[in-house]
Amino acid sequence: MRSDPADFELVAPGGLEAVLSLLAQEPGAWLPIAGGTDVMVQYAAGKLPARKLVNIWNLSELRGIEVFPGEIRIGAGFTYTDLREHEIVGREFPLLDRAARWTGGIANQNRGTIGGNIVNASPAADSLPALLIYEAELILISIRGERRIPYTGFHTGYRKTQLAPDELVRAVCLQRRFSEYHAHARKIGARNAQAISKVSLAALGLLTDGAIRDIRLAMGSVAPVPLRLTETERILKDKKIDPALVQLAKTTATAEIKPIDDIRSTTKYRAAVAGNLVAEFLLRLNAGTTKT
Amino acid sequence: MTDSPRGHAKCQIPLTVNGKSLTVRAHAMERLLDVLRQELGLTGTKEGCGEGECGSCSVLMDGVLVNSCLIPVLQAKDAKIVTIEGIATGKPLHALQQSFLDCGGAQCGICTPGMILASMHLLSKNPQPTMEDIREGLSGNLCRCTGYMQIFEAVMEAGIRGATT
Repeated sequence: MRSDPADFELVAPGGLEAVLSLLAQEPGAWLPIAGGTDVMVQYAAGKLPARKLVNIWNLSELRGIEVFPGEIRIGAGFTYTDLREHEIVGREFPLLDRAARWTGGIANQNRGTIGGNIVNASPAADSLPALLIYEAELILISIRGERRIPYTGFHTGYRKTQLAPDELVRAVCLQRRFSEYHAHARKIGARNAQAISKVSLAALGLLTDGAIRDIRLAMGSVAPVPLRLTETERILKDKKIDPALVQLAKTTATAEIKPIDDIRSTTKYRAAVAGNLVAEFLLRLNAGTTKT
Repeated sequence: MTDSPRGHAKCQIPLTVNGKSLTVRAHAMERLLDVLRQELGLTGTKEGCGEGECGSCSVLMDGVLVNSCLIPVLQAKDAKIVTIEGIATGKPLHALQQSFLDCGGAQCGICTPGMILASMHLLSKNPQPTMEDIREGLSGNLCRCTGYMQIFEAVMEAGIRGATT
């Protein structure tokens, strides 16, 4: 049933400091809302557990991007449109650019934020496999101060994260060391636009003399959290790509994921497609035809 | 939207709608869509899915395309909102609307206001879009009548006619 707005409180206390103070006063009581592309959907369906919300849309402290020689720090309030329009993201982090283009339609891209995608913690989120293999780090902030943690491991279970009740994600840090890699991304959904993935893959590979020098694979919608395929990566490292290796990678990847049956797909379909996506990436990597 | 005896108080939210400055009295979590339709009587903005999938509630907020079903009205404070009623006042129609008529881009009409607003946003960023640009720009707007081709052709035509503002 639809929610009654009279049952909800939404406050806009001002800048980041004021928001953090509010979160600290009653830890866990206030749900931050940025672009609302997830929160408002739950609200409309009468499924939003929180009754007190605090506005963080357009907080200037979260909106920018800081560029350093070795790293970029993307503000958590950066939207998918901001990502699509940023030159460095497009050039050096094509998997993130691709994910931003895949997310929803233009109106949702104008509102949805990278911080929201991370904290909403959906295993189907488009940008998260990319953040895993770029080995992003997160800057979390509270009135206690800031801490910087690896994004890997941030999701501790289905829709669970390491974020403390008084914390916000302030920024996502990406090291600028992936320009040489071949990047490849695939999203399998019911239709091209406005679809939530059944299975998605983000992949990076680097070959030297035909052998795999480095390989990074992450998938969405195949486990309770966005999943990096570390075992599949391990068996591929330093090998030359041939049909036997591709077969082994398929089997390893299929064993590594934990897909489920749900409204969008089945365990069986997801497992078959996941294996095929890994195989396709390896064949394309070998042929020099990866694409994002 | 009467005051309920229980619950949180309403607040005063100043905003500009179709060039007119006004203040609405609403609960902070009321959807911009409901405020537009029920408080302001601007029923050109439609509700389809109510969850940001169909685009029929599209409006421009500070020049940016948004789904008004996903905006708590507090977030529209001090914003400039443009709805379909603000695209043309009476006759003549906006060139983009005329293109929709000329190309058969409107049938039942439920998606049309959202299609027009999404097309306005696209043309403001990209005055001469390719068919691929149009398909992407309108990918968040669903239509169950036209099969889309007449809509895409209407936007293409509007680009050719220079209907950017």
